[in-house]
Amino acid sequence: MSGMIEQERYTCAIGALQSVVAIPKAVPILHSGPGCGNMIQGFFERSKGYAGGNTSPCTNFSEREVVFGGIDHLREIVSNTYKVLDTDLQVILTGCTAGIVGDDVESLADEFRDSGKPIVSVETAGFKCNNFESHSLVVNAILDQYVSIFENENPQRSEKNTVNLFASLPYQDQFWKGNLREYKRLLEGIGLKVHILFGSQSEGVEEWKRIPRANFNILVSPWYGFPIVEHLEAVYEQPYTHFPNVPIGANETERFLRQVIVFAKKQGAQIDEEAAEEFIRKEREAYYEEIDNLATFLLEFRYGLPNHVHILHDAGYVVGLSKFLLHEVGIVPKEQFVTDNTPVKYQEQIKEELRSTSKKRDIPLIFEPDAGKAQETIRSLSHQGRGLIIGSGWDKELAKEKNYDFLPAALPTPYRLVLTTNYVGFTGGLRVIEDIYDTVLSTYR
Amino acid sequence: MGNIDLQIPEVSIREIRLGSITGFQGGAEELVNSSRCGLRDKNRAFSQCLGCSASQAACMVILVQDAAVISHGPVGCSSCFHEYAFTYRVNSPLRGVDNPTQRKVFSTNLQETDTVYGGGQKLAKGIREVYERTHPNAVFVLTTCAAGIIGDDVESVCNEAEEELGIPVVAIFCEGFRSKVWTTGFDASYHGIARKLIKPARRKRDDVINVINFWGSDIFSDWFKAFGVKPRYITPYSTVENLSRASEAAATIQICPTLGSYLGAALEQEFGVPEIKAAPPYGVAQTDRWFRELGRVLHKEEEAERLIAAKKEEYLPRIEELRVKLKGKTAYVTAGAAHGHALLSILGELGMKAKGAAIFHHDPLYDSGSEESDLLARRVEEYGDVPNFNICNKQEFELVNMLNRLRPDVLLARHGGMTLWGAKLGIPSLLIGDEHYSMGYEGIMRYGERIVETLENDEFVKNLEKHAINPYTQWWLQQEPYTFLEGGNIQ
Repeated sequence: MSGMIEQERYTCAIGALQSVVAIPKAVPILHSGPGCGNMIQGFFERSKGYAGGNTSPCTNFSEREVVFGGIDHLREIVSNTYKVLDTDLQVILTGCTAGIVGDDVESLADEFRDSGKPIVSVETAGFKCNNFESHSLVVNAILDQYVSIFENENPQRSEKNTVNLFASLPYQDQFWKGNLREYKRLLEGIGLKVHILFGSQSEGVEEWKRIPRANFNILVSPWYGFPIVEHLEAVYEQPYTHFPNVPIGANETERFLRQVIVFAKKQGAQIDEEAAEEFIRKEREAYYEEIDNLATFLLEFRYGLPNHVHILHDAGYVVGLSKFLLHEVGIVPKEQFVTDNTPVKYQEQIKEELRSTSKKRDIPLIFEPDAGKAQETIRSLSHQGRGLIIGSGWDKELAKEKNYDFLPAALPTPYRLVLTTNYVGFTGGLRVIEDIYDTVLSTYR
Repeated sequence: MGNIDLQIPEVSIREIRLGSITGFQGGAEELVNSSRCGLRDKNRAFSQCLGCSASQAACMVILVQDAAVISHGPVGCSSCFHEYAFTYRVNSPLRGVDNPTQRKVFSTNLQETDTVYGGGQKLAKGIREVYERTHPNAVFVLTTCAAGIIGDDVESVCNEAEEELGIPVVAIFCEGFRSKVWTTGFDASYHGIARKLIKPARRKRDDVINVINFWGSDIFSDWFKAFGVKPRYITPYSTVENLSRASEAAATIQICPTLGSYLGAALEQEFGVPEIKAAPPYGVAQTDRWFRELGRVLHKEEEAERLIAAKKEEYLPRIEELRVKLKGKTAYVTAGAAHGHALLSILGELGMKAKGAAIFHHDPLYDSGSEESDLLARRVEEYGDVPNFNICNKQEFELVNMLNRLRPDVLLARHGGMTLWGAKLGIPSLLIGDEHYSMGYEGIMRYGERIVETLENDEFVKNLEKHAINPYTQWWLQQEPYTFLEGGNIQ
């Protein structure tokens, strides 16, 4: 969908500069108008990382570059970046200005690469696509222009128990740091070694260089990220296994881990299945000890708890949270809204995935990147009982209008601060429960 | 009449209109003295992300109570606007808005095909859809780099929609690439508002004064009481109707000439509303001067003298106490132009030594053409020169280098992102968001108290310093801070 949108919940292609920021000691270099970096920083908030935000070099396109081209200016900025900033990987991202003017950034990156610099360029003009999609462009550019250089030292599929994980989008998923850490812990728990690639659990460029060694790839995503795993399959013959929603709570986390175990074995990984099952059992038991203890509260708290929820989020969270809240918390998902601009060709399979949640109820799912419209729909709805809205900061006012409880768990949200919290996994489910009922209980004064 | 021409759709950028610059290194006095002789801007061989005119333009219109805003571009060009929705909501109690309504912020969401075939039709359709959905009293359309370069005729599209819908549809030309001085975005919004919203005065009111500001606390109601007048804040928290009546006010004041230069001058030149040209009231002498000027314009000189005397009696002894506490302390200032000058005056008043300043840009002369508004000249006259006075255009690498050398006792900032570097170097750092906080005699006291508090609470920064992450090379930290500024010496 390419029409006008109100209250955007994602940003443009150059927003994937945050995927660069998420790689330890990597720096995005913007060949763009002066405001692009600032806009992106404003969208994500607290997203500076090592060399993002005000630290990122930028050519700050002016009238002069629009008329005469900006490649010489870019060359100067890049060569001085090496003097001023201590970085392991440089990724040039272009904005609309450079895109329309048609600067040959690729050749410029070649120049620097030929002199031994770890540099990558990628076209991310804002009008090309949104940041869900451009994340794949950035990753593939790094694979092609950087990782490929080290193929000789990293024979493809040479480590049977190693996997590359592509899951939470850095920064666009505000729980990405915690989620990636938890994915890594869980996958290690079943006997795999994980290239996590982004965030503090990553070993930075050294880990990126080893990507070809992995036996296979794991993609956790409703629709974005396929270009990465398809590309890796084409280049390094690594197959991939795809899990369609964010695994939150016990049911989905177990399903996710079992899917990976089956796939890993098929690919010849050495998995001690008994040990893996033992790991899962312990995780599950610890989880249900909490749910068991909590159930009395959920069933008996007499001053009112929400009984239904509307979620406005990307498809992975909408489906993952719906499944979790219905089966493991007892909150019924009503109309749900996917605001990530899911391409039409993926919509049916996402609907199908949500349908599998329950045999006895139909959860209406609406794909609507124009979140203002989604809000209008919610305004016109009425359900019995106390309601909950899980969405972005934009939805706080809507929740207030409807007198619903509100949990900000999507971008952009100035009303919440997330550091290393995870929503993924058994522990993530427990955290979602804490967050919802903290919100609810704080309404009692 | 100079630089203001409401006949043409686009505002002239500051570099051309005011001769503004974004790179300079030297002393404040040197800059003041050379300002009137034509400054030449300097380029940089290394640069980091700047701000965008679009965000500055946006904040002046998104906070208009009953308007809707469309960014005509890819979604990225409006992706920080949610912050203004937050601001509107959070600061509404300061301005007596009891039920802040949801902000109406749209993007035409330009795609690659639009850059080929043009986005004009999409915008035309978008304006009508926004009207149907939100029934605003005005629609503001912000342009972007993409829309600007592909050459969409935004002005015509807006004019046609205006005629059809019967409400003002205001094109605001704020493409980021047009100016390195992103405060040009303020001018762009004001230009649109002056062209399309402000109507010739139906009647003149001697009891209302326009106050051009951001979203700070309402201090003016109290101050103006002594003169029997009321503030009318523009443009945040104003209504379309109130804006249309800005021409009726007895005078215009601005809390910061960097912000209000264009609108203040437009109101005077085009609508006959006198602008108080005295620089804003920061520091004792300037506050005296400002209240006297206000009294003169309102023909209430005696009231002004009484107010000055009463306030001085109340606050000067307390300011004196702070001077004792702060004696010998040094500070470094980083801020947008006029507010930075204001903070330097406050420092002077509190008896602190300014070790230097990194100011984002410099306007040699404002749109009024009056030298009276020059806060930096006042600072130099009253409190002396400021060494290491640099125009840095928010270039973090220069700031880090300079701070690392100068190591002041405290870093005073006005814009986000800069205090981090004070803290990483173990320097207590203070940012006050409310632009009215340090105004007037009481402002000196308030700000001084915060500096004392900041100096005292240094445990956090001392701890952070020990663990600070620093992406800058040792080589860079050993170079002269302005190595990459044109004329600098790169080794």
